[in-house]
Amino acid sequence: MTDAKRLPKILSFKRTRKLNRSLSGDIALFSVLVLFGLFSAFPLVMTATNAFKSLDELFLFPPRIFPRNITFDNFRDLSELVGNSWITFSRYFFNTLLITILGTVGHVLIASMCAYPLAKFKFPGRSIFFTFVVYSLMFAPQVTATPNYIIIARIGLIDSPFAIILPAIASSLGLYLMKQFMQQIPDELIQSAKIDGASEYRIFFQIVMPLVKPAWLTLIILLFQRLWTTDGGSFIFSEELKPVSYALRQIAAGSIERAGTIAAVSFIMMVVPVTFFIISQSRIVETFSHSGMK
Amino acid sequence: MVTKAYAYNSPTKRSLWIREIKKSRHYYALMAPYAILFLTFTVLPVIMSLGISFTYFNLLEPPRYIGLDNYIKLLLDDDVFIIALRNTLILAVVTGPVSYLLAFVFAWLINELRPKMRAFMTLIFYAPSISGNAFLIWLLIFSGDIHGYANAILIRFGFMTSPILWLRNPDYMMMVIIIVQLWLSLGVSFLAFIAGLQSVDKTLFEAGAIDGIRNRWQELWFITLPSMKPQLLFGAVMQITTSLAIAEVSMQLVGFPSVQYAGHTIVTHLIDYGSTRFDLGYASAIATLLFVLMISTNLLVRKVLRKVGD
Repeated sequence: MTDAKRLPKILSFKRTRKLNRSLSGDIALFSVLVLFGLFSAFPLVMTATNAFKSLDELFLFPPRIFPRNITFDNFRDLSELVGNSWITFSRYFFNTLLITILGTVGHVLIASMCAYPLAKFKFPGRSIFFTFVVYSLMFAPQVTATPNYIIIARIGLIDSPFAIILPAIASSLGLYLMKQFMQQIPDELIQSAKIDGASEYRIFFQIVMPLVKPAWLTLIILLFQRLWTTDGGSFIFSEELKPVSYALRQIAAGSIERAGTIAAVSFIMMVVPVTFFIISQSRIVETFSHSGMK
Repeated sequence: MVTKAYAYNSPTKRSLWIREIKKSRHYYALMAPYAILFLTFTVLPVIMSLGISFTYFNLLEPPRYIGLDNYIKLLLDDDVFIIALRNTLILAVVTGPVSYLLAFVFAWLINELRPKMRAFMTLIFYAPSISGNAFLIWLLIFSGDIHGYANAILIRFGFMTSPILWLRNPDYMMMVIIIVQLWLSLGVSFLAFIAGLQSVDKTLFEAGAIDGIRNRWQELWFITLPSMKPQLLFGAVMQITTSLAIAEVSMQLVGFPSVQYAGHTIVTHLIDYGSTRFDLGYASAIATLLFVLMISTNLLVRKVLRKVGD
């Protein structure tokens, strides 16, 4: 407070300073924030604008953040490159869409169904199951990649989009966040519905699910980014079943001459999840306020 | 003791248990689809991985039991694994704590902004982690010729005269991976911190000011951190797991395998044996070691973090 008083009016015109905040501290800390903000934003902005630059402008120094001559050449090159492959680009795109939609919808539904009893009721096996889920957050999915391949081959899912979809549905981070979020639903709401004669299933679909919409969005974005960028790995062989990320990666696999095309590819892959996050940000953040662990 | 044993075996207790299970059948039904998938794709693989690690297995012939051979070879006879282990630990020790700290500090600063600005800055820091393969732009930034942005800037300002092969020279690879990984790392834990800070009880700050808290640092230490403990624990789990599993950035930027294995990590070693050489027994031994490393690091850090503010 004292700092604000000592300063000339011009600097302190906005409002009185907040509790325990000195102006000098604010300036220092927010400069740090802006600096790192630039570091964080620069590559993304470059990715976006590079997609619209011609090659000679791409390698200009000092690099222009915003292109002088906006061109769609990179997208044209991209469509030419994919046009040369014997699978049409729309087919790759359809495969990715199928994997992403089935995976996210399945995950939101199935993980929520499981989260509801875990969050709201006590029954034999509950705590041991949830302990398993928490432990599974502590190791990366790469650990189980090898046996997963064997299991998926055994079930006969090799070369099927379900080889990607089913393991994604079982992602444990989504279940964990959904369960934590559901815990804050008042018990009275569920009790009174029970007294009115609603079945467990009806309570789940008609009362609980509409209440946890913010958590849906969170589960969607977490799974979306995983599925949207999947390249099918070693699970999908048939060219006509490959997702778009695989096709784009093949194209981008060139060297520096392909920089423009890479930028166009990255731009397309980046825009969708980022837009989704911008739209649903406040509700996603709300979900995470319940993410805490004990 | 006697009464306890008796109580456990008594028919009434057991029938109560069965009745309890019957009463909960709707819950089991709701949980079944997820539980089946979770057991199939998470629990079973961990058990299988442990089992297969004691065998020689190439997918074509049935697995052959070879005892601890894979582990002995891995720890005593595989120089590349030692490089991978060293690189993984360096990457984890640097990117883990640093990105955890950055995620918290940025969340804490952003929390002081007004809502519109707060949403904007959150987006700026979170966006890299959801931007798919946008990190490939770093290929251009660290490109080895004079057109790469890093080289161009350093040469223009006279720090050096000839370009550096950032992505091919073993001396610089780790640094590049660390920078890019840090750029990518403000993910789920960052959102958890943002949310956690917003839900700290505001009256605590006023009460604290009356009790003699004089500046933001004291406020942070005595009020904010203790009230965010659950989010801090959650964020730590997320950060540890990612920082020990770094692979994608390394493979895409410095190549797979990288020059002199300078960017090799445990996970890329695992991918090498699992997907390229089809030595699944050996790959499983690597996976099992990684599993133990991740779980034990997590439990250790959790133990330490629980003490914060106590």
